[in-house]
Amino acid sequence: MTTEAATIGMTHSGSEDTGLGHRGPESKSIVVPYGFWLFVLSDIVLFSALFATYASLVHATDYGPTTNQLFSRTTAAWETAALLLSTFVCGLALIAAKRRNMMWTQVWLVATGLFGLIFLIFELREFVEFIESGAGPQRSAFLSSFFTLVGCHGAHVTAGLMWLGTMMAQIWAKGFREHILRRLLCFTIFWHALDIIWVAIFTIVYLIGTLP
Amino acid sequence: MSDIERADHNDLLDVAPGSPHDSLLSETLSYVVGLGLAVLLTAISFWVASTGSLWGPGVAVGLAVLAIAQMGVHLVFFLHITSGPDNTNNVLALAFGVLIVFLVMVGTIWIMAHMSANMGPSPEMMNLQMQH
Repeated sequence: MTTEAATIGMTHSGSEDTGLGHRGPESKSIVVPYGFWLFVLSDIVLFSALFATYASLVHATDYGPTTNQLFSRTTAAWETAALLLSTFVCGLALIAAKRRNMMWTQVWLVATGLFGLIFLIFELREFVEFIESGAGPQRSAFLSSFFTLVGCHGAHVTAGLMWLGTMMAQIWAKGFREHILRRLLCFTIFWHALDIIWVAIFTIVYLIGTLP
Repeated sequence: MSDIERADHNDLLDVAPGSPHDSLLSETLSYVVGLGLAVLLTAISFWVASTGSLWGPGVAVGLAVLAIAQMGVHLVFFLHITSGPDNTNNVLALAFGVLIVFLVMVGTIWIMAHMSANMGPSPEMMNLQMQH
């Protein structure tokens, strides 16, 4: 042990790691998902700004429809169930992929995509219904912020579904190579994070918005 | 220290976020337990919002607490963010993210509420006054 390390006191249980980079960088299987974790956290920060906007504008309805008149808890419940099941089977796909089981990986990934698609269909039907009843994003500041917040989440889910499709094709064509598995791990982080954001949306927008 | 021991040490030091455990049973169990808790918390949220038997002003706070609890369940059982030493980097990044989220949301809501309180009567209030 060097005196430098002893002074700083950054050793890990007697190893020669000084915390000064002597050990070299971590392996790619750690660095890549960690970098993606940082991106996901910054994405959550982006959503926090949209939540703050929504909370500031939720009563600015300009005599138009209010949260209680628009939102349906049944729709929110179906969307919540679909996304939760999607995120669950996505984890099962990762377990199967780690064991290099092609069939179950693809089965669980298809299920992930189907549940995600069900979620998107419910959301799009709700948007169309709002817009047709004259409650489009132009109607009031409240509706602008609603469509921005929930639409941004929906856009993430849409992008995630496209990513899912490419992942399935890559696993099928290239097999369980290290870098493919890393990408799949990043996808599951993304997908779980989207469900965490949805928990905030269904609570703040749909449940608190429909309290009597 | 031999090279093998050092390699073992490297494995222990850090773990990627979202990367599962070792055995098929414990990995699957983690997701099943997470799903069960998430379903339970979601069901309680919808029940709390629908029942009239709770004290009105407390319902929104209760819903927020339930949502934060469910986010914790997702982080622990789906993303496998733990308090273990191999997770320090992931937890620190998460803590910083939570700090920024807290600052952005509380700061915005606080400032905007004060501003609208100090902006004089809103159109709705003017409308009410004219009806008198």
